[in-house]
Amino acid sequence: MFQIRIHGRGGQGVVTATEMLSVAAFEEGRHAQAFPSFGSERTGAPVVAFCRIDDKEIRLREPIMEPDAIIIQDPTLLNQIDVFAGLKPDGYVLLNTHHSFEALGLSDMLKERKAERFCTLPATELGLKHVGRPIPNVPLLAGFAALSGIIRLESVIKAINEKFSGKVAEGNIAAATESYSLVKEKMKEHANA
Amino acid sequence: MLKQTEGSKAVAEAVALCRPEVICAYPISPQTHIVEALGEMVKSGELTPCEFINVESEFAAMSVAIGSSAAGARSYTATASQGLLFMVEAVYNASGLGLPIVMTVANRAIGAPINIWNDHSDSLSQRDSGWLQLFAETNQEAVDLHIQAFRLAEELSMPIMVCMDGFILTHAFERVDIPSQEQVDAYLPPFDPRQVLDPAEPISIGAMVGPEAFMEVKYLAHAKQLQALELIPQLAAEFKQVFGRDSGGLVRTYRADDAETMIVAMGSVLGTIKDVVDEMRDEGHKIGVLGIISYRPFPLAQVREALKHCKRFVVLEKSLAVGMGGIVATDVRMAVTGTGLHGFTAIAGLGGRPIPKDSLHKLFRQAEKEELEPVTFLDLDWDAVNKQLERERQTRHSGPIAENMLHDKGIVSAKFG
Repeated sequence: MFQIRIHGRGGQGVVTATEMLSVAAFEEGRHAQAFPSFGSERTGAPVVAFCRIDDKEIRLREPIMEPDAIIIQDPTLLNQIDVFAGLKPDGYVLLNTHHSFEALGLSDMLKERKAERFCTLPATELGLKHVGRPIPNVPLLAGFAALSGIIRLESVIKAINEKFSGKVAEGNIAAATESYSLVKEKMKEHANA
Repeated sequence: MLKQTEGSKAVAEAVALCRPEVICAYPISPQTHIVEALGEMVKSGELTPCEFINVESEFAAMSVAIGSSAAGARSYTATASQGLLFMVEAVYNASGLGLPIVMTVANRAIGAPINIWNDHSDSLSQRDSGWLQLFAETNQEAVDLHIQAFRLAEELSMPIMVCMDGFILTHAFERVDIPSQEQVDAYLPPFDPRQVLDPAEPISIGAMVGPEAFMEVKYLAHAKQLQALELIPQLAAEFKQVFGRDSGGLVRTYRADDAETMIVAMGSVLGTIKDVVDEMRDEGHKIGVLGIISYRPFPLAQVREALKHCKRFVVLEKSLAVGMGGIVATDVRMAVTGTGLHGFTAIAGLGGRPIPKDSLHKLFRQAEKEELEPVTFLDLDWDAVNKQLERERQTRHSGPIAENMLHDKGIVSAKFG
């Protein structure tokens, strides 16, 4: 079982992101379970949502305390809550920022872990560029597909088409495609470094 | 059709396939998405003929359902928590009048302290209301139980609550097989009411009944629930023939054959329990599970049968009879009267407290060694409790308990987990 936790703020599409992730996994014939952290939703407040992916029925209903991957939709959360809590030693981290982990003071963390599984992505900018709204969730999903290989870009695109239509779907697909390529490039750079 | 969808959306689609003619509801978390989706289906014409009635409260929702059901319309509503409490007088009337209304309860805690999260306090508070109560383990079962519930309600002429864990199921996206209209039509015939208000043949429903007949009327409500004990397994078997899967029934066991310790529970926590039991089985523990689907009527004989070979059992329940202990546990103990079985009660998950596998592993191992107290509060913060008790001993003006507890725990913003 692969477990993903997404952190963000109310209004950033955190819950939608886990739902779309579960749809993408379902499209690949896998079992998936997405659920929010069940708080009172308020715009701007910290929000957490979860997604499990497995090849068999998922019966477990506890919150995800030891994720295999963490997606952080808002870097300002780093100063507010322990977003990395419980992350598995070989876990993946995708962070929405145009800064580097080093610039954010996270160099030590990278040293202790598999640095090639850590990636940043300017997802808000990509959302603005392609969809016209500063919503980072879909670019991050595509970035996660590139970083982890847990789901394919085509499945993310299928999930986008299920959730959105017309121009919004087109914009999101463009954002997803660029995000996927950007993360793949960063991974290549890291591998060659 | 197999799809990845939200529990609430799946239930809304299942209810629509049952061709309800009147839906009346008042929004309350975590039930809102269900009636929102149904409202959209009625507005778009996808669900027709059906009248969606916006009401001003839950009391009105149940009152409208009573009226429309008495007029011969298949009637549906949904609620949770304080909403259910607000409609209670009408809830008792619906069952007392024998009207086959189906209502989803998206189980949620009851305040005060106000809390929107899941436990089973709300529907269990209506234990003796005369309504049947069926508990879903998964969203697939929630879908299937709604289809069975309309059939069961109308055959008995009694109302049914289909209970699903708020947020944990209602807001979870998982794979659900939504049946076809043909399948549902083959299973659920049109509503043929035993009693109907018809201007062409006027009758009254709801007579005042004095001491000379009241007990008989009440006994007949009890008799209907006893009939349901026969009917529920039959309808589940028929469901399997039409839809090809096991869903519903009275109880369900898991890895129980040679189990010395049995865990009894209702609802979605059964999934987590099964995972823990699998892990413990791998280590050689003789442990099994009894899931109760039908809480009312309570299947005393089936529970007794399922537990008769074990040495001890733990009833893990998301409810608390304050001043007494377990609610479900009381019924389970009634079922095993005279067997000499050792029973433990574990109160867990109140107000949305997570029920993690680690805590269950510890609890079940303690149960195996019979080291548990008769009533255990899973993951209760005793330090916090004792601090408040001490405060109350020390000072007369100890203040509001909920506020003290939040202050002691240093809760300032939303947390996860």
